[in-house]
Amino acid sequence: MIELFGYLLSGVTVGFIYTLVGLGFTVIYNSSGIINFSQGEFVMAGGMSTVFLLHAGLPLGISFVLSIMITSMIGIVLYKLISFSKDSSPISLIILTLGFAIFLRGLAQVIFDKQLHTMPSFVGEGAFEIFDTTLSYQALLIMIVASAIVVALYVFFKKTKTGQAMVAASNNVDAAKLMGINIQKILILNFAISAVIASIGGILLTPMTSTNYEVGIMLGLKGFCAAIIGGLGNPFGAVAGGLVLGILESLVAGYISSEYKDAVAFIVLLLILFFMPGGIFGNLKSQRV
Amino acid sequence: MLKRFTLKALVLLFISSFVFLNANDTIKIGAIVAATGPASFLGDPELKTLQHYVAKINKNGGVNGQMIELVHYDTGGSPKKAVTFVKRLINQDKVVAIIGPSTSGETMAIMKFVKKAKIPMISMAGAVAIINPVKKYVFKIVATDRMACQRIMQDLKKRNLTNLALISGSGGFGKSMRKQCKEVAPDYGIKIVADETYGKKDSDMTTQLLKIKNNKKVQVVLNPGFGQGPAIVTKNYAQLKIKHPFYQSHGVASKKFIEIAGHASEGVRLVAPPVVVADKLANSVANKKIALAYKNEYEKAFNSQVASFGGHAYDSLYIITEAIKRAGSTNPSKIRDEIEKTQGFEGVDGIVNLSATDHLGLNTKTGMVLLEIKNGDWTIVK
Repeated sequence: MIELFGYLLSGVTVGFIYTLVGLGFTVIYNSSGIINFSQGEFVMAGGMSTVFLLHAGLPLGISFVLSIMITSMIGIVLYKLISFSKDSSPISLIILTLGFAIFLRGLAQVIFDKQLHTMPSFVGEGAFEIFDTTLSYQALLIMIVASAIVVALYVFFKKTKTGQAMVAASNNVDAAKLMGINIQKILILNFAISAVIASIGGILLTPMTSTNYEVGIMLGLKGFCAAIIGGLGNPFGAVAGGLVLGILESLVAGYISSEYKDAVAFIVLLLILFFMPGGIFGNLKSQRV
Repeated sequence: MLKRFTLKALVLLFISSFVFLNANDTIKIGAIVAATGPASFLGDPELKTLQHYVAKINKNGGVNGQMIELVHYDTGGSPKKAVTFVKRLINQDKVVAIIGPSTSGETMAIMKFVKKAKIPMISMAGAVAIINPVKKYVFKIVATDRMACQRIMQDLKKRNLTNLALISGSGGFGKSMRKQCKEVAPDYGIKIVADETYGKKDSDMTTQLLKIKNNKKVQVVLNPGFGQGPAIVTKNYAQLKIKHPFYQSHGVASKKFIEIAGHASEGVRLVAPPVVVADKLANSVANKKIALAYKNEYEKAFNSQVASFGGHAYDSLYIITEAIKRAGSTNPSKIRDEIEKTQGFEGVDGIVNLSATDHLGLNTKTGMVLLEIKNGDWTIVK
């Protein structure tokens, strides 16, 4: 039993990391209906820029704020690119985000470097001991912050006018325009929010796992899985998806073999896409083909 | 149309005239390195080292009175590109010897081309398969992961630890070393009692370590892996307060590892190429002087901490230039023969003794040093 508890706790820790990345997918999908594959790179940009600002001698708080600002600027640049694109079909825009991801990775290699980097944990290196296993302070912080972001997003999308406008923009662009919603503004805000969430994720993750220019690839992929499993568009979906994924991986590693751990993520993804295309919390938009 | 054609022809002529002019009075040595891309941590220091030392050799009058010309291509770690570039080096650039590639996959992909062209090549990659079985034109100077395993097992035997748990990264490095360690373990009377893996980009390895912790048979743990994985494993290991001795591979033999794993790395043992601890080597170690000189020169020239990989490039370059000196000729076959006769070469990676049956020439005694991390620094374990 104690064993199971340990595996679950590890799964939940990893699950919240996936959630943090998955949330970014959710936000952009919610307003623009596209899937932003440079989400993982936003996470990388947040972590890397914080590390390098700290290295430059800036205090912790200012580094955080600056790196969040830098990352949100990157998000806005991506939006600008998308809005310039002549072909606005979702497929070509998704490919554009993929290209942007590769560009960001390259840029990070040139501006920063190819080394691994870390920074001291801002809540201390220690860990709580629970039964036979441990939960590090940093992991707990990730859980708390991820949950807070989820609640904030939920309130934002459901209760605020801007949030509602975003949802409206994603449901029907033309109707939203006719209702007097400034689509441009809404989308810019959206990409910026998504980048901010990603950079917070990057900052929280770095003390735990360290970061380098290509850390975003796998994070982006797992975050994407989490968002899809939970149901794109719903912040709670990202949490559910992340936790399902993290816990499953941990249980498979614990009880079957760690060799099959990564395969699980993708098998679950396939099963969900086959049988519950909307995800656990999903309300899939019906579309005539 | 015609005008454009003439222009192109002129440009071509212009360029080729340079090529032909240069062809006679320089010795062309080719290099295939992964200077960018995922393996750039290897290729970048390798290329820097090659460029630095070729310039140095030329400044001191070259080899046999001829200047060295380094023709290098960046594969980005791709075997496909390595194949393109090796053909270009052989057919267009007409190099007399090739240094590289940086990775095992690329090396395996281009071996048949150097064999066909009869050009000697010194690979800077790790896999045993490159030199076992021996191929006439292929050499390598990098200690194999098999040697790293052997060095660790020697220490385990000395400490009477027989039940080993492996937790390996699933990348190429971790996979290969895991296989080698499993193969050599019986030679030292060591049993593998747990065999876990993790994805190279995983963010938490607590589950695998819990399994090892709860396995009553385990006496010692070894983590073959590269990059951020081993640092996370080390942190989780310390968090879970696992009491068994903990070993890491040469994949983490850089100060970066201590920096990232932090306090958790205290007491961890690992194997490393001598250059990493050049300044701490006993004076009796034969290659101390050269390793230290290389380390200091690299750190001064590039203002960054030495990476053990650059040393491979240094050794390859000097083994080739020494061979050319001895051969007194730039005939690739003669150079190959002389490379094979290399004896007692004092390299950054160790003392190299090549022969017709051994195209690696390093042994665990000089090629690998056993270290323990104490107070955030390396200490050599006797």
